[in-house]
Amino acid sequence: MADKNGFFDLSKTGLISKTGLTRRTALKGLAAGAGLAVAPGFVRYSQAQSSAPIKIGFQSHRTGIGAAYGRWYEKTTAAAVKAINAAGGINGRQVEVIIEDDGTDPGRGAEVVGKFATQHKTDIVFGTLFSHVVIGSAPAAGEAKIPYFVVSEGHHVASTKLNRYVFQPGITDVKSQIQSMAPWIAANAGKKVTQIFPDFAFGYDHRDYLPPALKAQGAEVIAQIAIPPTESSFTKYFPQIPPETEVIYHVMVGPAVLTFVKELGEFYGSNRPQLFGFIDSLEATDINSPGLEFLDGSHFWEGSPRYAQPDDSAAQKAYRAAVGIDDNGAAVGDPKDVSTAAHMFGCWETLYVVKKAMEDAGYKGPEDRAKLVEATEALTAFAEGPEHPQGPKTFNGKIHQCFGIQNISKVEGGKLKVVHKTKIEDGLYEAEGDYTKQAL
Amino acid sequence: MHFGPHLLLAALEGLVTSAVLALTALGLSLVFGVMRVVNVAHGEFFMLGAVLAWAISTAISGHPAVGFLAALVIAPLIVGAIALVAERLVLRRLDYNPEATIVATIGMLYIIQQLALTFYGPEARPVEPPFSYRILLPWFGYSGYKLSIIAASALLLIATWLVLTRTRIGLIMRATQYDSETAQAFGIPVGRVYGGVFALGAMLAAIAAVLIVPISQAHYLMGQDPLLLSFIVVIIGGLGSLRGTVVAAVLIGLSDGIISMFFSPTLAKIIATLLVAMVLVFRPQGLFGTASR
Repeated sequence: MADKNGFFDLSKTGLISKTGLTRRTALKGLAAGAGLAVAPGFVRYSQAQSSAPIKIGFQSHRTGIGAAYGRWYEKTTAAAVKAINAAGGINGRQVEVIIEDDGTDPGRGAEVVGKFATQHKTDIVFGTLFSHVVIGSAPAAGEAKIPYFVVSEGHHVASTKLNRYVFQPGITDVKSQIQSMAPWIAANAGKKVTQIFPDFAFGYDHRDYLPPALKAQGAEVIAQIAIPPTESSFTKYFPQIPPETEVIYHVMVGPAVLTFVKELGEFYGSNRPQLFGFIDSLEATDINSPGLEFLDGSHFWEGSPRYAQPDDSAAQKAYRAAVGIDDNGAAVGDPKDVSTAAHMFGCWETLYVVKKAMEDAGYKGPEDRAKLVEATEALTAFAEGPEHPQGPKTFNGKIHQCFGIQNISKVEGGKLKVVHKTKIEDGLYEAEGDYTKQAL
Repeated sequence: MHFGPHLLLAALEGLVTSAVLALTALGLSLVFGVMRVVNVAHGEFFMLGAVLAWAISTAISGHPAVGFLAALVIAPLIVGAIALVAERLVLRRLDYNPEATIVATIGMLYIIQQLALTFYGPEARPVEPPFSYRILLPWFGYSGYKLSIIAASALLLIATWLVLTRTRIGLIMRATQYDSETAQAFGIPVGRVYGGVFALGAMLAAIAAVLIVPISQAHYLMGQDPLLLSFIVVIIGGLGSLRGTVVAAVLIGLSDGIISMFFSPTLAKIIATLLVAMVLVFRPQGLFGTASR
């Protein structure tokens, strides 16, 4: 059928002319090529590389299930780059961000990394959140030997299962987060915990690290319920929650999260166990949405608080103003456009780590990528301040992971109020390996 | 939880799935039955219904029921109009060629999806249900609104059945489905029937979406699952058969609810797919379909 209709006969489509290449086509091609050469992005810098901008390839979740995160990661990145450029750039060079959409898809993620390395020739790749995309893209970054700075919070970087070119210096990892919060959960929420988590990489971090962390505090996980990431209805899973459950620990992601909470509310009514969740469930979602009243009085982990807190530092206030979010964590001027505040600070902080490492390495261009890797590994601590508004951090160069404080917030009067801040030490753990032993 | 209440909950969940699925799949089945067009963009009409429901219900202030009812009327009409335009501009120009329309509707799928992303955004947005009554059973609570979805869907299915079997429009549609050339020879404006059926199919999907959106939020990627499940239902039930579509939807919905609650959701999907394979092997025309002539 295809042949009969000529679907695959290219000569009929005009893609290939039967008469071959004419002079006119050749001229057209030449003109197009010349046009491309003068187009923006193909500008030749005659004064050598020193004044060309530093190019950061931003692997953004512009479409797919991570799209809400992608949009706010882009806003935060734009604000940080603006601030860095206004202060003179990196090594006296301006920073330019090139964005490619990965569709929140691991396969496309790897392609995007390849595109940055070979086509855009960016200095680094940056900005990925979703753990499956990070895991899918990391081998491509290692192969191209291009430093890959992710803002993902998964444990995969720190597990040392990826490669030497992958770093996570701007946001803590799940294992550390769980470990530092487990004492609070056991002491304040309850001892018998049922976990509900998405059935993929990010969820597995929670599945694997919560039980030992709680056990160390004399509490236990009595049931683990994995839910496929594409699920849109949850009531059918709730009968698996044992009746003796004291705390439901939930970490759902994706657009169906509101349904999850609503259905949990319908199922339990006012007679519910304690709830402890990761705000990942409700990033970019108004906490006062219809159906979420059920969350009142429950607790959430927050990387950086969504709502402005009374004790916010000057740096935190300046950061919020620069990114353009109001006291409720929504876009200034549009209270319905809620940000992904608990995670996106990581983009800001990571860019300042990249700046510091590039300056330490005397970074000049892609030929210095190995030097940049070593300079990043040599970093040990980031002080709280305008460059690190979320709080102070330490950095372990062997596992390419930073450690910092966590916030536990309570839903109260339609806002999230920080009720407990952990210490950096609470989240430290034994390194599982050493990236610096890998060849560059 | 004991077996009885557990099964009750599973059955309730399954029936809600079935109710929405039956409406969506019926739209797909009608379009295939009458026009012989496989509409891959069907799920996107579903998504458009939900997105428009959000837009309409947020634009109208007052009691949530007012906004919801307005959405239930207006959203399907807009979606129907869009489908009609697509049918006139694209499908008709392709002469409803089966292969070309598949490719064209794939294109429509992406265009609609990306337009929704551009103008509506990537967020999942909730629509307030018209009423929020929680039915308190001795073992668990259940949403009264969900039960009303089942009732609404049953009413709509009966209405569609009446239109198809008892009205002149239905007769014309059935005549076109039975043999479009002869129908044309008898003066039936087949082109207009096609346009109407395509719009009606999209409207059924949009209605299903408006019904489900208060419990599942509008999101620009939400059209994919309903599309796949609708195909499964239509294949099992028999293309173009209303009775088959409803029976298959109940079968798939209930088995999905019950199997995924007692075993695992993955197993439910495996069994649904296996069922499709079995039907294709042993009864290619579907459970209630008639063999093609």
